[in-house]
Amino acid sequence: MKKMTPWVITAALVCLLSINFSCKPNNAKSAVSGDAASKAYVPPGKFDEYYNFVSGGFSGQLSVYGLPSGRLLRVIPVFSVDPEKGYGYSEETKPMLNTSRGFVPWDDLHHTELSQTNGEVDGRWVFGNGNNTPRVARIDLTTFRTAEVIELPNSAGNHSSPFITENTEYVVAGTRFSVPPDNVNGDVPINSYKQNFKGYISFISVDKTSGKMDIAFQLQCPGVNFDLSHAGKGKSNGWFFFSCYNSEQANTLLEQNASQKDKDFIMAVNWKKAEEYLKAGKGKKVPAKYAHNVYNDKTHTATSEIKTEVTVLDVKELKDICYMIPCPKSPHGCDVDPTGEYIVGSGKLAALIPVFSFDKMQKAIAAKDFDGEYDGIPVIKYASALYGEVQKPGLGPLHTEFDANGNAYTSFFVSSEVVKWNIKDLKVLDRAPTYYSVGHLCVPGGDSKKPFGKYLIAYNKITKDRFLPTGPELSQSAQLYDISGDKMQLILDFPTIGEPHYAQAVPASLISKNSLKFFNINENTNPYLAKGEKESKVVREGNKIHVYMTSIRSHFAPDNIEGIKLGDEVYFHVTNLEQDWDVPHGFAVKGATNAELLIMPGETSTLKWVPDRTGIYPIYCTDFCSALHQEMQGYVRVSPAGSNVPLTFSTGTNVPKPDTAATK
Amino acid sequence: MIVTYSTSALCGGAIPNAKFFFMKKILMILSVASIAILFSCNNDKKTDQSAAATGTPAAGGQEAVQDDQSQKDVVKVAVGSKDHTTLVAALKQADLVTSLSNAGPFTVFAPTNDAFGKLPAGTVDGLMKDDNKADLQNILQYHVTVSAMKAESFTDGQTLGMVNGDNVTVSVKDGKVILNGNATIIASVPASNGMIHVIDAVLLPPAKK
Repeated sequence: MKKMTPWVITAALVCLLSINFSCKPNNAKSAVSGDAASKAYVPPGKFDEYYNFVSGGFSGQLSVYGLPSGRLLRVIPVFSVDPEKGYGYSEETKPMLNTSRGFVPWDDLHHTELSQTNGEVDGRWVFGNGNNTPRVARIDLTTFRTAEVIELPNSAGNHSSPFITENTEYVVAGTRFSVPPDNVNGDVPINSYKQNFKGYISFISVDKTSGKMDIAFQLQCPGVNFDLSHAGKGKSNGWFFFSCYNSEQANTLLEQNASQKDKDFIMAVNWKKAEEYLKAGKGKKVPAKYAHNVYNDKTHTATSEIKTEVTVLDVKELKDICYMIPCPKSPHGCDVDPTGEYIVGSGKLAALIPVFSFDKMQKAIAAKDFDGEYDGIPVIKYASALYGEVQKPGLGPLHTEFDANGNAYTSFFVSSEVVKWNIKDLKVLDRAPTYYSVGHLCVPGGDSKKPFGKYLIAYNKITKDRFLPTGPELSQSAQLYDISGDKMQLILDFPTIGEPHYAQAVPASLISKNSLKFFNINENTNPYLAKGEKESKVVREGNKIHVYMTSIRSHFAPDNIEGIKLGDEVYFHVTNLEQDWDVPHGFAVKGATNAELLIMPGETSTLKWVPDRTGIYPIYCTDFCSALHQEMQGYVRVSPAGSNVPLTFSTGTNVPKPDTAATK
Repeated sequence: MIVTYSTSALCGGAIPNAKFFFMKKILMILSVASIAILFSCNNDKKTDQSAAATGTPAAGGQEAVQDDQSQKDVVKVAVGSKDHTTLVAALKQADLVTSLSNAGPFTVFAPTNDAFGKLPAGTVDGLMKDDNKADLQNILQYHVTVSAMKAESFTDGQTLGMVNGDNVTVSVKDGKVILNGNATIIASVPASNGMIHVIDAVLLPPAKK
C-alpha cells in the first residue's frame, strides 16, 4: 500500500474539519440556506405581499414595512412629535398630543393591533398604545395618519393594550403600573400599595363606521401589573384574557419581589357580563380628567376635548365579571388560538408553557371549582382550567402567534429562539435560533381567527454583530422566517426604528386599494383655506398676522410680504393647491423655533412664527417638488415695532426698483 | 370620473371668458376620453398589488403610473383632446412622453391638428420618420418651457427660453398672446404639472447657425 504523504493527511483533516463546522447551525451563515435571497427578493418596481405594522417602542411611532422585502415604507408619527412631517409642530396637529397634563411630545408605543371584523383582519385601522402617559391611538389606513388619541384616566403604564374584540367593539387598555385612582388622594406612602393601589382596565368602544373611540367603562381590579392581553374569539368571544404579574403586590425591587410566587394569574374577563351590569346601571360615574383628540380630514385640524367623567365597575362587588386562572411564573404573553378554545400563557420565568382550555374554564366556573379568592376575585383551580403543558419548550417564553394549521410559535428571550409546537398534542415540532434575544413575534393575521401564515417575523432586542456597527447604539431588528414548510427557514434580517415590540401584518390587497392619493381641495373646510391664488392674502388682527398662502409647482402666493413688525405673531396657513398624487410641498421660514410644514395636496397646514429680530427672512419649499423646486422661495420683511412700513404682499409683481439701496 | 377641480380657482381665474367655451369643450372631451386612455406604454400593470413578488419590473416611466384620480398631467390632457392627435403622436415618436409626465412645472404650447396641417405638405410625415427623430425632438422641445405660466403671465416683448435651447418671443396685442409673431394662444388648460396653451400654428425653431 502506498504511503500517504503528510500533506495529504493534513489536507483531508482540514477538509473534514471545515465540513464539520459548516454543519453546525450556530451562526447565521449556516442558518440561511441557498434560496433565502430569492424568497425575500422583491424586484425593483414590484410590490411586497404584506404590510407589516411595527411598533416603534420608545420612538413613540409606528413604522410600516413591506414583506418579504423588509423595505421601510413609512414611519407614522403617533405619540411623538415628528418635525419631518410637522406633526406636533403645526397648529393643526398640536392638539393630537394634548393630554390632561398639557402637551406631551413623546410616548412609548409597544403594541399594534389591526381592526377586525368577525375575527378577521379588515384593514381599516391600526391601533397603538402609549405606555407612559397612558393613551390609545387609532391610525387610519387610508391616510396612514393618526386619526385619534384618547387618554386613559386611573392608569399608569398602559401596556396591556391596544388589543381588540373580534368585531373591534372594544379596544382594551390594562394598566401595568397600578396606582391610586385619579379621584382619590394619591399622596400616600408608596409602601401602602396593598391598601391604596388599583389596577384599572379600560374598555374603549370603537364606532363601527367612523372608528371614533370613547371609554365605555373601566374595571377596577386589584393592584397588580397587567401585562398583555387578547380577546376570546369564536366560542370564547365575549371574554378577554389579561396576563398579570406581581400578584405579590411588591412596590420595590420587583426584579426579586415580584417573582416570589410559583404562579401569578391570567385574568379572564367576561366583558359581555360587564356590559349587562353597565346597562343595569351598576357602573359608578367617577370624576376624571382625560383628553380625547380627533383629527378631521376635512378641516385638516385636530381638536382636543378634556373629558371629566368615566364609568367604573368594581369587579370585587360584581363577582361574575372576572376570574383568576393561576399561571406559572410572571406570565407575559397571553395569546388565544384561532379557534378561541386555547389560551396560551407565557411565564417569563417558567420552564413550561401552560395551555388553558376555554371549555374547561367555563365548566370550572359553572361548578364553582375555585381555589379561594384573590383580593375578592374567584381563583379557578389550575388543573381545572388547564388543557395541558408544553414541556421543556425553551428558556424564557414570551409571546405566541398562530398559523392556520393548528401550530403555535412561541418566542424565547433567554434561549434566543422561536419554537414551533402543535396546539393539540403540545409537541415541539421545530426550533429556530434568533439573533438575538427575541421579544414579540408576528404571523400575518396571527392573533386573528384567520391567520395567513406563510411568514413569521421575530423582533429582536439585541443585534450586536448582525449589522455594521454604529457606535454604542445599534438598531434593533426583525427577522423573517418562511414558515410555509415543516421547518422554519430564516430568510432575512432587517433593522427597525426605535424598539419593535408587537407587530402585525396583513395582505397588501386589504389596504393598498383604499389608500388615499390626495385630499380633495373642494372638501377642505379649514378656516384658513386659500382655494386658489386669488384667495391668497395677508390679514392683520392686532399683533397677529394671518398669511393665507398657497403652494403649487413652483411658487408660493404670496412670496413677498412686508409690514410685519417685531412683536407680531405670524401664522403661515399654507394650502397645497395640487391635486396630484405624491406632490407634497414643504414650508420653512428661517429662525422658526419649531419645524417645517409638510403639506399634502389639498391640505392646509399652519406654522406659527414669532420673529425675534428685524430683517429679511427667506421662506422656501423643503420637499423637492419639481424641476424649479430651488426657485420655490420667497422673502418676508420684518420691521421694528412701530414701523410705518405698510402691510403688503404679492407674487411676481414686486419688481426691482432702479434705486433700491438702503430704502428706509 | 373626470377631474373638475375648480379649475378657475386653481389657476386663479386665469382663463378669459372668451376662452371659456374652448375650456368647456376640452373638459368634455376629456371626460369621455378619460374612460379609456390607452397609452402604448402602460400595458405593463404597475399596480399588481396582491401578486407575489415575482416577474420583471414595470416598463415605462411615470406615464405608466396607474392613477385615475389625480388631475391630469400635460400629456394626459393632450391625449384626451381630439384636436391634438398629431401632437400626441409626435410626442410619442420623439420619446417625450416620459419627460412630460414628470413633475414639471411645464408650459406646453400645443399646436392643434389644423396647425400642423398648415405646414407644407409632407412635413409632418417626414418628421415622423425615425431618421428625422432629432429634428422632431428639436421642434417639440421648442414648444416646452420649464415653469408653469398662466395666460396672464405673458407680457409684450417677453422672451421665453425653451427646452431645446432657443427662444420664443411673446407679443400681446388686443388681449391676444402671439408667439413669434404668428402663433396665437386660443385656449389655456391647467394640468397637474403645468399649463397647456393651445396655439394655432406650429413654432419653428430658428435655423441652426
